[in-house]
Amino acid sequence: MSTSQAYNEEKGGSSSLGEPEYGHDPASGGIFSSDYKRHDDLKEMLDSNKDSLKLEAMKRIVAMIARGKNASDLFPAVVKNVACKNIEVKKLVYVYLVRYAEEQQDLALLSISTFQRGLKDPNQLIRASALRVLSSIRVPIIVPIMMLAIKEAASDMSPYVRKTAAHAIPKLYSLDSDQKDQLIEVIEKLLADKTTLVAGSVVMAFEEVCPERIDLIHKNYRKLCNLLIDVEEWGQVVIINMLTRYARTQFLSPNQNESLLEENAEKAFYGSDEEDAKDDKTEAASLVKRKPYVMDPDHRLLLRNTKPLLQSRNAAVVMAVAQLYFHLAPKAEVGVIAKALVRLLRSHSEVQYVVLQNVATMSIKRRGMFEPYLKSFYIRSTDPTQIKILKLEVLTNLANETNISTILREFQTYIRSMDKDFVAATIQAIGRCATNIGKVRDTCLNGLVQLLSNRDELVVAESVVVIKKLLQMQPSQHSEIIKHMAKLTDNIQVPMARASILWLIGEYCEHVPKIAPDVLRKMAKSFTNEEDIVKLQVINLAAKLYLTNSKQSKLLTQYVLNLAKYDQNYDIRDRARFIRQLIVPTEKSGALNKYAKKLFLAQKPAPILESSFKDRDHFQLGSLSHLLNAKAVGYQELPDWPDEAPDPSVRNVEVPEWTKCTSREKRKEKVEKPFYSDSEGESGPTESADSGEGSICHDVRAWASVAVGTDSLTPSLPGQHLTLGSPSEEEEEEGKKAKKKKPQRDREGGSESSSEEGSVSESSSSESDSGSDAEESQSETETKRRKTVKSSDPNRDQRHGDFCFICPGILPLPSLYPHLISSVPQVISPVFSSVKTYELLHRMTGEGLSVEYYFSRQPFAPDPHMVAVQIQFSNNTDSEVKNVRISEPKLLSGMRVQEFKEIESLAPGETTSVVMGIDFCDSTQAANFQLCTHTRQFYGAIQPPVGELMAPVFMSENEFKKEQGKLTGMSEITEKLTLPETCQSDHTIVQRVTSAANVSRVPCGADNEYRFAAKTVTSGSLVLITLEKKEGALAQLTVNSEKMVIGTMLVKDIIQALTQ
Amino acid sequence: MSQDCIILLTRPPVCITTDAAYRTEHQNKKMIHSLFLINCSGDIFLEKHWKSVVSQSVCDYFFEAQEKAVDVENVPPVISTPHHYLISIYRDKIFFVSVIQTEVPPLFVIEFLHRVADTFQDYFGECSETAIKDNVVIVYELLEEMLDNGFPLATESNILKELIKPPTILRSVVNSITGSSNVGDTLPTGQLSNIPWRRAGVKYTNNEAYFDVIEEIDAIIDKSGSTVFAEIQGVIDSCIKLSGMPDLSLSFMNPRLLDDVSFHPCIRFKRWESERVLSFIPPDGNFRLISYRVSSQNLVAIPVYVKHMISFKENSSSGRFDVTIGPKQNMGKTVEGVVMTVHMPKAVLNMNLTASQGSYTFDPVTKVLTWDVGKITPQKLPNLKGIVNLQSGAPKPEENPSLNIQFKIQQLAISGLKVNRLDMYGEKYKPFKGVKYITKAGKFQSLGSRIVLG
Repeated sequence: MSTSQAYNEEKGGSSSLGEPEYGHDPASGGIFSSDYKRHDDLKEMLDSNKDSLKLEAMKRIVAMIARGKNASDLFPAVVKNVACKNIEVKKLVYVYLVRYAEEQQDLALLSISTFQRGLKDPNQLIRASALRVLSSIRVPIIVPIMMLAIKEAASDMSPYVRKTAAHAIPKLYSLDSDQKDQLIEVIEKLLADKTTLVAGSVVMAFEEVCPERIDLIHKNYRKLCNLLIDVEEWGQVVIINMLTRYARTQFLSPNQNESLLEENAEKAFYGSDEEDAKDDKTEAASLVKRKPYVMDPDHRLLLRNTKPLLQSRNAAVVMAVAQLYFHLAPKAEVGVIAKALVRLLRSHSEVQYVVLQNVATMSIKRRGMFEPYLKSFYIRSTDPTQIKILKLEVLTNLANETNISTILREFQTYIRSMDKDFVAATIQAIGRCATNIGKVRDTCLNGLVQLLSNRDELVVAESVVVIKKLLQMQPSQHSEIIKHMAKLTDNIQVPMARASILWLIGEYCEHVPKIAPDVLRKMAKSFTNEEDIVKLQVINLAAKLYLTNSKQSKLLTQYVLNLAKYDQNYDIRDRARFIRQLIVPTEKSGALNKYAKKLFLAQKPAPILESSFKDRDHFQLGSLSHLLNAKAVGYQELPDWPDEAPDPSVRNVEVPEWTKCTSREKRKEKVEKPFYSDSEGESGPTESADSGEGSICHDVRAWASVAVGTDSLTPSLPGQHLTLGSPSEEEEEEGKKAKKKKPQRDREGGSESSSEEGSVSESSSSESDSGSDAEESQSETETKRRKTVKSSDPNRDQRHGDFCFICPGILPLPSLYPHLISSVPQVISPVFSSVKTYELLHRMTGEGLSVEYYFSRQPFAPDPHMVAVQIQFSNNTDSEVKNVRISEPKLLSGMRVQEFKEIESLAPGETTSVVMGIDFCDSTQAANFQLCTHTRQFYGAIQPPVGELMAPVFMSENEFKKEQGKLTGMSEITEKLTLPETCQSDHTIVQRVTSAANVSRVPCGADNEYRFAAKTVTSGSLVLITLEKKEGALAQLTVNSEKMVIGTMLVKDIIQALTQ
Repeated sequence: MSQDCIILLTRPPVCITTDAAYRTEHQNKKMIHSLFLINCSGDIFLEKHWKSVVSQSVCDYFFEAQEKAVDVENVPPVISTPHHYLISIYRDKIFFVSVIQTEVPPLFVIEFLHRVADTFQDYFGECSETAIKDNVVIVYELLEEMLDNGFPLATESNILKELIKPPTILRSVVNSITGSSNVGDTLPTGQLSNIPWRRAGVKYTNNEAYFDVIEEIDAIIDKSGSTVFAEIQGVIDSCIKLSGMPDLSLSFMNPRLLDDVSFHPCIRFKRWESERVLSFIPPDGNFRLISYRVSSQNLVAIPVYVKHMISFKENSSSGRFDVTIGPKQNMGKTVEGVVMTVHMPKAVLNMNLTASQGSYTFDPVTKVLTWDVGKITPQKLPNLKGIVNLQSGAPKPEENPSLNIQFKIQQLAISGLKVNRLDMYGEKYKPFKGVKYITKAGKFQSLGSRIVLG
């Protein structure tokens, strides 16, 4: 408290001190006393009962704040109105409160309860605004209250409130950085949010609080990529910048092959023969190891999803995408950004300024990119000078042998400009072109020499400086020019130019032996009136002449040195002393004297005229640091590409196991899942919140945009284009359906599939996770739409329910994708009916971890002889369960287990499922194993019902009869039974049989007969089932199979199923 | 008191921040810290802080840079000071100077500041010092909504207008009598809707949708009359007053022309990619639907030509000036609103000219010659000629004045872009639809002739 008191005192002091500072404002020009008087009447107005008076008072107060006047003494009077009913008064009070709360901490606390009440309001907008103001009050004492409010708001139903919570995180963090860990938890939770409204804000919070926690992004990476196009503009910028950094740590450089090739070529060129043999091997090895660069599909996803944003109206977004491409895309693809950047050049001059700086940096690295747009960088006389100079920089960077003549012609017109700074810059640019492109050096030099006769001294001076640099490259051929310049000393007054000329004459005095001493004579005459830098060069010239031509210049040199000895500038005095000692031989002078000539007339390297933008690209483009060419506070270094790509599977959102399967299998897996999980698991708060009034349509748009991305993969996807009938309505509906569907989907780890999904089967497994969602949601809704009666008014909330009931899940239509089966010829997709779930670990015995399994009846992709078992883990504890895995399987001989990949962690309340494969060797023996977590081990056993040991096969009636004929005698088991009342209809019978065993129905001519066929999974032996209905409820069941044990057990199971 | 004085004396002028702010400064990461509005004479007439207060003295660095730049246009948009970074824009004679403390993409801030200026323009009809001062409370409320803790919150005009109603004369009169306010009393749902750019519950008695296809030609023409550089910058500005939730799709006769387009967020990018149709649920009111660029040289027709000759006699303080403007490739439409401006060389004292059409002015201080030509009729080409007087003794100018030309052509989009049809879905009524085409000169410049010495 003491700090705040001291602080208050201080503030009082500063305010009274600060007051006169604002005195210049005529409106506040009152004297102190009258000021206070006026404040008194404001107080009165604030205390009155009339809202209009209060409003008037608040308006005047806000106007004072806006002018920078101090209104802190009104705090008590204002804060009383925080609960005012009038919404405008309230808003203005908030403005006031946020401005002064920090200075009046004790009083500010009075208002807190109002906001706390607001946080519980049923209206989401009021909840949001209460949180917004509460978090903006910078009073350390309320940190715990803020923390609580943020946590609560982060699981609010409304995405808007959650967005506000994300905004509040950096505020709290800057108030009290000790809360970091707790805030990171909230960020983690919000990062998992699926609404576009929240995405931008939470990434902003992430960037401010914990940009180093890149691991939080993994699971959300694909989602962020897919949502990106529908996030609001400002959020897009933040997300793109963050993803650029992320990508640099997670993916490999897309240009590594290229650099490797270059490297290699160089090696081969220089490498000596003996070394080659050995080198070649290692080289080859590294080539083999690194050569097959395949871009990570996630890397591609990012590039693909950001590209459309190049067409954003917001320059910041375009720039963000441009820098992303520059830093992340393969060289061949970077070109696409040039057009968009050039478009920005039409924007406000500030935008041009920033864009040109970035283009200048890019054009050094990737010149080809901007070459087609050369003319867009031509300069107009109306451009501000700073823009002109930047354009000049770009033009110079773009100059090459082919376009140099056009550029030089353009430069010539610039030289005649009235803007002298610009002309000077143009001359320098010509100089740079001349040094970089040898072909035009002479042309440039001639042009510059012509400029020496320009009437404007500045032009001449600049030319002299540039010519000096150019001459240094090949002095011998240009003694004429040096002579010409020597004559200029009479007229030109600009010190830098004079100094340059003198240096040139001194340096190349051998080329102009007659003129040089004369120039020195003239300079000696005017020595005392020269600028310092000229004087230094006069001394230099004198020294050099003394060494080469002492006969003519000895006296002059001594004269100059004497003048310099008494100069006011100590640099000049020092130089004179130094040179005298060095060149004039005396008895005391040492060994250096001998080397004086070597010292002075040594070959000097020609200066390299370089762009000031060279190597600026080590700063992230588009950043403030890049613009300033200095590290700004809080700049995040752009990391280098890693040598080895980190594990890409960290981004997998679903069960890690699935990535092992081919996408086909995976999809099939998805198909049936809703059936099991419909009734299980409670959706988390975020998920349920999705069904609020949120930006559902956004999501749909997001998916739609993904669909665009995968266009090439799905040429015939019928649901992809919105029908043109009445788009808005459709979109609404889509939105609602998507909304209904979403929680469901979330529970299953975001995976389902639709009838059309087969057409995307070419897509690689990891990217299809996201892609398929999109397509599926579209095509699915399309199918639904056909079934659903269209309503003319889609805005009614009640209708959610309808949609929900009409489509409780997705009906799998196995026959629609026969090509899926083609890989496993006879085995067809299973027939579904209710499926039993078995318990592997009860939550009591598992200490909160409960595990259930069921037989998914899917072919297990890695091994067709295995039965796929879907295992579902739910964590009912309060803490995370880590490292869930299987160990020490105890199996009978011949049995094999394909374990699932270890589940790294399972958050409290979360449910996840994995697939494991077990080869039961066609026996019903249980597979025993230990189920381990990071703390405990549990015993588990999976025992298959006999019906699950087989897979359905398709055959015709004739085939069936033929096969049946082969399996008679010992292989045939027949049993009589009585069908109960409830089990008379065809449908029920078929359903019960298929639920008892994984078999498929075989067409049959007789209506009192049912036939089913399957093959055992391990040995592939046929299992044929025939059920004949007799008179009354009697029936006869026959099973034909080589495997007698199976046959016997199956008969038992089926009879049980039928007679139940 | 005394303690405070010490602080003032020992700290550099920039950081006269409060103690609390100083304490947390190292973590004070956020986008935009404060905003100062400064007029041309250097008065700070509005300040707004989104977090701890930053002293006005930080603007001294800005003034310093401004002084150095001479010209307002040349004030660097980004200035680095010991403790802050200043990012500024110059709009309508006002500097918007924002104070930044940490790394942030400069374009992010610049774009936002322009959005602020656009919003003022939208609300008050003009973005001027007087308008801002007169509506300081609304300005404050707007700034409060547009940024939260320095990060943009609501920048869509439709949402803002639901939150804070723009002032009208009628409303301000009514408000002063009834004491009601200009703050929306219903809470806006726009922010929550699935189309954040459109406000809810729009109702009009007359439903109208207007599209203005405006094209500007940027060109540099050299002295021989051939085109050095030309491109067309087009925009489609819309004024949509349609009730409910209309879903529009706008198609073009020749959409291939548009190869470089930027879109308002309401446009469905997918539809454009696949069908070249602009499909969107529009914001209510005025907004820019798309802007585009047609840069292919041969596509750009140049509608006017300029013949000009400026010559100075040796050893004489006068010269001749002769300019003729004529129509060229104007597709049978009249070129109107023609204005030519020339920055004459400094040595020019005054000009005695006669215009065959329109009127001219010469400002002897800025040396700007402006000729308001009006309409060009091909029968009688407008011409301006006469004598240029130079300062006596001054050397002959050698700079080439270049001519800037403005013009307008109604009912023509010079690129040939044509709207095919506009369809509306989702609503029952029949809207009134209109499309207007205008071509204007953008940065249209004819490079000066070499001054003929005679």
